[in-house]
Amino acid sequence: MRFMLLFSRQGKLRLQKWYLATSDKERKKMVRELMQVVLARKPKMCSFLEWRDLKVVYKRYASLYFCCAIEGQDNELITLELIHRYVELLDKYFGSVCELDIIFNFEKAYFILDEFLMGGDVQDTSKKSVLKAIEQADLLQEVRAGAEDESPRSVLEEMGLA
Amino acid sequence: MEAVNLLSSNRYTEKQIGYLFISVLVNSNSELIRLINNAVKNDLGSRNPTFTGLALHCIANVGSREMAEAFAGEIPKILVAGDAMDSVKQSAALCLLRLYRTSPDLVPMGDWTSRVVHLLNDQHLGVVTAAASLITTLAQKNPEEFKTSVSLAVSRLSRVSPSRGTELDTDRCAARSQHTCPRCLIPRAVLQIVTSASTDLQDYTYYFVPAPWLSVKLLRLLQCYPPPGPCPPSRGGFGGPALRPLSEPNLLVRACNQLGQFLQHRETNLRYLALESMCALASSEFSHEAVKTHIETVISALKASSFHVAVGSVLVPQTERDVSVRQRAVDLLYAMCDRSNAQQIFHLLHSKFHLCSVPTRALLLSTYIKFVNLFPEVKGTIQDVLRSDSQLKNADATVLEEMPPFPELHAVSVSRPPGAGRCAPRAHRTATLRRRAARGRFLRLTLRGRSPGSRLRGQLRQEIGSSRSILNSEDVKMFTEVCLAVSAVLAPSPPSAEAAGSGRRMFIFYGNKTSTQFLSFTPTLICSDDLQANILGSVAPRPLAEAACLCVAHRYGGTFQNVSVKLPITLNKFFQPTEMASQDFFQRWKQLSNPQQEVQNIFKAKHPMDTEITKAKIIGFGSALLEEVDPNPANFVGAGIIHTKTTQIGCLLRLEPNLQAQVKRLEGIAEYA
Repeated sequence: MRFMLLFSRQGKLRLQKWYLATSDKERKKMVRELMQVVLARKPKMCSFLEWRDLKVVYKRYASLYFCCAIEGQDNELITLELIHRYVELLDKYFGSVCELDIIFNFEKAYFILDEFLMGGDVQDTSKKSVLKAIEQADLLQEVRAGAEDESPRSVLEEMGLA
Repeated sequence: MEAVNLLSSNRYTEKQIGYLFISVLVNSNSELIRLINNAVKNDLGSRNPTFTGLALHCIANVGSREMAEAFAGEIPKILVAGDAMDSVKQSAALCLLRLYRTSPDLVPMGDWTSRVVHLLNDQHLGVVTAAASLITTLAQKNPEEFKTSVSLAVSRLSRVSPSRGTELDTDRCAARSQHTCPRCLIPRAVLQIVTSASTDLQDYTYYFVPAPWLSVKLLRLLQCYPPPGPCPPSRGGFGGPALRPLSEPNLLVRACNQLGQFLQHRETNLRYLALESMCALASSEFSHEAVKTHIETVISALKASSFHVAVGSVLVPQTERDVSVRQRAVDLLYAMCDRSNAQQIFHLLHSKFHLCSVPTRALLLSTYIKFVNLFPEVKGTIQDVLRSDSQLKNADATVLEEMPPFPELHAVSVSRPPGAGRCAPRAHRTATLRRRAARGRFLRLTLRGRSPGSRLRGQLRQEIGSSRSILNSEDVKMFTEVCLAVSAVLAPSPPSAEAAGSGRRMFIFYGNKTSTQFLSFTPTLICSDDLQANILGSVAPRPLAEAACLCVAHRYGGTFQNVSVKLPITLNKFFQPTEMASQDFFQRWKQLSNPQQEVQNIFKAKHPMDTEITKAKIIGFGSALLEEVDPNPANFVGAGIIHTKTTQIGCLLRLEPNLQAQVKRLEGIAEYA
C-alpha cells in the first residue's frame, strides 16, 4: 500500500498515513486530486478506480471516506476487507465509533493503524492482539501520568514546605 | 530538535509522541539523522519490547537509506532471536521488508534466511503473516534460498483451513505434503469456507473465513514457485491471486464460466473484478477461447447493467453507468479480440462510439488504429470510418502503415499534460493497451538513426507560431487564442560517448495549456519515403529534402483540429562534431574539391553579424567549431562526421562573413561518392 486517507464528505482530511516518502507539496497535491475524484463518484459506483499509476480502493462509512492507494499487483478486494477490518478495530476501541471520535482522538487512530499495518503491509489481523497492544500502551500512559503527580508532592515534602 | 530529545526519554508517552513526530518529518538534516539513529539504536536493543516495537515502526515508516545502512544488519538478528516477543518478531519482519523494498542491496542474505522460513510454523498467526509477506518478496529475488518455505506454506495453509474430514485427515495430508506434491491440500485449502474448529483461529476468523489475509499471503508466496499441481478456481477476490498459477485448461474454462456469471452480478465491485480477471485470462492461450464465448455477456454488460430501474411496472435496463466498469469492459473486448471476432468487435465498439463519454472515445480511436495493424481484414472498414471522421482528414495510407518492429523499441513518452487532468488517464490507458497486446507491431513514433559512439538526445518542444507548418488560417487563429503549447526548443545536449547501438531519439511532449481538455488526441507521423527509409535503420547518404511531419489530430471545444508540424529531423542531427587541426582541415578541403562534393552559398545576412551568436549556431548545427584554424580570424570553420549505417561522411564547413558588404559565404564540403 502506498498511502491511506480518511476524509469527510465535506473534503476535510481526518487522517493520512503515507507508506512511501514523498515531499509535502507532492502529498498535498495528491490528496487534493484524489479527494476530488472520489467525492465526485456516485453511491452505486464500484469501489475501485485507477488513478495515476495506482489503484485506489475506497469505501464510505457514514460521513467518512476511507481511501487506500495500492499498487498494481495488490489485490483490491482484500484491501477493501482491510479497510473494513480497520473500521472494526476502531469500533471496538471507541465503542460505536463516529467521526467525532476520530477528530478528538486522532493520535489513537494513528496508533491503532500502526499496530494493524506496518510499512504498507498487514501486520496482525487479530482484533484481540491489536487492541491488547493498544490497551497496554494506554495503561503505560496512565501509570506514567499517575507517577508524575506523585513526584512533585514528594519533592515539596522533602523540602519541608508541604 | 525537541522531538529528538523526546525520543531518548524513558517515558512511554513522550517516546511515542517523539516517534510520531519523527515519522512525519522526514528531513535530510544530517545532524538530526545521526541523533535519531542513535536513539533508535538504543531502543532497538532495549529490553522493553514496547520500545523496540516503537523503534522498528520508526525505521519502517521512514525507511531512508541511512537508516537502512545503519540497521539492516541488526534487524535480522532481532527477527530470529529465540527470546524475542511475538510482537517484536512480526514488527521486525515487516520492517526488514520495508528496508528491502527501498534498499535491496543493503539487506544481506545470511543464515537468518533459513530461520525466517521456520517462522512460518510459528504459533502466533501475526508472526506467520508478517513472515509470509517478507518471504514472498525475498523469494522473488532469491528463490533458491526460500525453497523450503513452499512445503511449510502449504501445510500451514491446510491447517488454517481444515478439511471437512477429521483432524486425522488433516495431519495425514500435512504429512503427505512433505513427501509428495501437495495436490490434495491446495484445492481443499482454497475452497474451504468453514468455521475453524481450533480455538486459536477463532480470533482470526473474519466473517466465517478463517484468517483470510494469511491465506492470501501464503497463496501469494506459493505463486512464486512453480505450481505443484492443478488448483480449482476459487471464489471472489480471495481467489484472484490463486487464479494466476493455474495451468490446466478445463479448470481455466471453469474459472471463465464462473467469472461470466459474475459479469451480471448486482454488485458493481464484483462486475469490475470479473472483467479484470477475465482480461488477465484472455491473454493465456488456454482460456482465450473460453473468454471469447462470453463476448455476448460483456456486450450486454456494456449496454445494460443488471440493475434495472422500475418505471411503472416495467423494468427498464440502464446502461452501465460506472466509468471504471466500462473501461474494464472495453479493455476486455480488446484483449479477447482476434481474427475471428475482429469485425464484430469493431462494429460493436463503433456503434457505441457516439454514446461514449469523452475519454472513452479517445480510447476507441486509438484502438481502431491498432486494429488496422493487427487485423488486415478489418482494415478496409476502419479506413472508411476514419476517412469519414473529419479530424483525421490528413490521414492517408502512409499513416496507417505499420512500422516494422525494431530491435529496440522506444515508445514516445507521452507525458502528462500539466493542465489537463482528464487527458492523462487516456494517455495512460493507451500505454496500458500497448503493453497488454502481445503482438508487437504498433504504430509507434520511433525514430532511429544509427550512429555508433554517440547519443544525441533532443527534446522537441516546438513553437507552433514559429513553425513552418501546414496550418490553415483558422487553425492558426484557434491556436493563438488557445495557446496550444506544443512548444519546443531544440536543445541538443552535448553528446556523450556511450556504447554503440544508440541513435538519435526524439521525445515529444504534448502540453495542454488550456483549461479544456483535448479529446481524441491522436498523433501520427507522416514522412516521405526517403526519411522513412532513413528512420528504419540506415541513413542513406541522400539529402533529406523534405522534413518529416508530425500530425496531431485532436478535438478541441467541439471542433476537430489538425495540427501538422515539421519535425526537425534533418541530416545535421546526425552530425558528430570532430576536432581537427588547421593543416588537416585545409588538406581535406583541398582534397575534396570535386564539384559534386562542394556547395557554396552566398547570402545577405538577415541578422546583425554577431560572433557569439554565429558560433552558437554553428555548434547547434552539430559540427565542431574549430578555433584558430582559418588564417582569417573572422571566419568560422566547422567539421563534423555523419555516421550512417554503412559509411561515415565527413563534412567541413566554412563561413566567411563580409562585414562591409553584409554578406556571408557559406561553403560546405562532404566526402561521399
